[in-house]
Amino acid sequence: MKRFLPLLLAAACLAYFPAAAQNVPDIQFDSAANALTTPDDIYLGEVSGVATDSKGNVYVYTRTGHPTISLGGARAFAHGGSRLFQFDRNGRYTREIGKDLYGFMFAQQVRVDKDDNIWTVDQMTNMIVKFDPQGRVALLLGRKAEANPIPTPPPPAVPPGVQGAPPGSGQPRDIFDRPTDIAFDAQGNIFVADGQGNARVAKFTKDGVFVKSFGSKGNGDGQFDVVRSIAITAQGDVYVADGGNNHRIEVFDTNGTYKRQFPAVGNPQAICLTTGANPILYVSNSNPPNNIDTAGEIYKMDLNGKLLGKFGRAGKMLKEFGTVNAIDCRNPNQLYVGEIGNLRVQKITLR
Amino acid sequence: MTRHLASACAAALLLIAVPVSAQNKASVTGVPEIPFTSVPNFLKLPPGEYLGESVAVATNSKGYIYVYHRSAPTTKLWEFDANGNFRREIGKGYYGFEFAHSVRIDKDDNIWTVDEGTNMVTKFSPQGKVLMVLGRRDPPLGFAAATRTGPNPPDQNYTFCRPTDVGWDPQGNIFVSDGYCNNRVVKYSPEGRFLAKAGSEKNGKALGEFFLPHGMQVDGNGHVWVADRTNFRYQELDNNLKPIREFTNIGVGWTICISQGPHQYVFASNSNPNGNAPGTWDITGEIYKMELDGTIIGRFGKPGKVTPGFQVVHMMDCRNPNEIILGEIESWRVQKYILGQPQASNSTIKAAAAQ
Repeated sequence: MKRFLPLLLAAACLAYFPAAAQNVPDIQFDSAANALTTPDDIYLGEVSGVATDSKGNVYVYTRTGHPTISLGGARAFAHGGSRLFQFDRNGRYTREIGKDLYGFMFAQQVRVDKDDNIWTVDQMTNMIVKFDPQGRVALLLGRKAEANPIPTPPPPAVPPGVQGAPPGSGQPRDIFDRPTDIAFDAQGNIFVADGQGNARVAKFTKDGVFVKSFGSKGNGDGQFDVVRSIAITAQGDVYVADGGNNHRIEVFDTNGTYKRQFPAVGNPQAICLTTGANPILYVSNSNPPNNIDTAGEIYKMDLNGKLLGKFGRAGKMLKEFGTVNAIDCRNPNQLYVGEIGNLRVQKITLR
Repeated sequence: MTRHLASACAAALLLIAVPVSAQNKASVTGVPEIPFTSVPNFLKLPPGEYLGESVAVATNSKGYIYVYHRSAPTTKLWEFDANGNFRREIGKGYYGFEFAHSVRIDKDDNIWTVDEGTNMVTKFSPQGKVLMVLGRRDPPLGFAAATRTGPNPPDQNYTFCRPTDVGWDPQGNIFVSDGYCNNRVVKYSPEGRFLAKAGSEKNGKALGEFFLPHGMQVDGNGHVWVADRTNFRYQELDNNLKPIREFTNIGVGWTICISQGPHQYVFASNSNPNGNAPGTWDITGEIYKMELDGTIIGRFGKPGKVTPGFQVVHMMDCRNPNEIILGEIESWRVQKYILGQPQASNSTIKAAAAQ
């Protein structure tokens, strides 16, 4: 058995990160050097989220590091570790939003809704925070754990469902398990991709009232292995990137009814849906953080999953990507790409 | 809960309290003493600021001095001018800073830090902006990786386990010594792509194997010199990391420095062990100056709490081979030594080399 382990591992890795799809045209592109500039005393950490608002402002939710554990009388308390920065359309630093915010520990994603509210998703506090455009907290989903046992007991591989629900389908309320992303339908209903622990999408009204969950752990229609990313068309089709071992995009209606699916190439860690008459999808095949010799490219797809083109590869130079975790495509030919591996945002212009 | 913490703390203390392996005297004899003076009050700190464990020091082409030291709330990188006046802090709050181990400056004055707390090697521009990172900090999720236990996990091409040092060959290829829980040296292209390695996660005594490669430099021929600390030796590797020879008679192999210019010298530190056990000051602490062929020119320095003594030299800068800048762990200090000429020696003394 032991001797087969490397082989099995290699096979599993190949299955997980297949070679770039064949016969997909390469899209020519440029990357602007130093797309975002920061003051001398501010450093981006792992960039897990990047998004623009209607004015072209850029929001970056980043793992700046140094979460601290404070020892209480009987419990240990954790704080800090991520920050949210705003830049103007020219990439100049504007301000920090949510300084020392209680809900910021391990940044996962940032998205901006149609009214320019800024929404953050945090994997460690399990909280969703809605900021209004002025940067004030407007709505909260989830609750940060009060205290943290140390050492931490290992979590269950898949959280059991409640009241007979299948594993990974979560609880019928706003308690998340490593949520990954957020999206909104035309009515402003909120859809939370939940996530890396749970394997569901949770729907809330625009006022934060729980409506329903859909999905559970598995590889059947409407199930998920790892819910990586989510996006919704104006017509109400919900596109969910299902990573882990599933490598696919599943499509639901806004009631969570499964409609169809198509394959993604490799690991769809980040997706972005353009707006307008003929929307297209950008889907990453993000390389694992510990290897730049595999995957890394981003695909352009139509809504039936046809691969229209691809660009980039894993690496550390400009025009190479280090574990893409976020794509902003408000302008369909000028993308902002957030990278875990390279601690940066690249501004990509497709030619 | 508190019991868990208490036991974790006790375990951590135990780890610290494990006695440093008894240090042997370097076996080479008859080495001439190089006279030196220590520049008093060399670094001038801003009022109210303090250095912590000053494990890493380097200079750039303008003579600026970079000190990467263990401070609070985290490790800090400070820049001083050539006269020791404080200029600025670089990387304040930066993700890759937790527990300093090395800082080195490349030929273009980029600043490279090696952090053994975050397992990250970071290239900063001379302006202090991040240009490239190697390795990845473990995510804090689950607070899982607080203290690693058990055997070393298998080494990987693009991650490190408590890396120790960084260097470059004349072509700009990047070399990383790695470290406390890997036992290897890794070569990357200038673009950061994996090319080769020597050693693995396992320690070993054969040539090309390591047991805590703690310091590393690359000479003008592209050869890689490794301070192989727990093996009590230095190793010289070729540019593709094939071993050439070892030096076994000049002490512990704590840290190494190779001067610049057409005639390069090697400085190797038989640093006194942490903890200053009785008798250690009498037989350790000296720094050897050598030619690239292993000929020993002389030695200088000895341990002491008070200058010009030093307390566990952790890194040396020798851009100018006659002015050595020393970073000390245990006296939280950086000293500058001005070297004189050694007394003439009648015979040629060689560092013991085995092919």
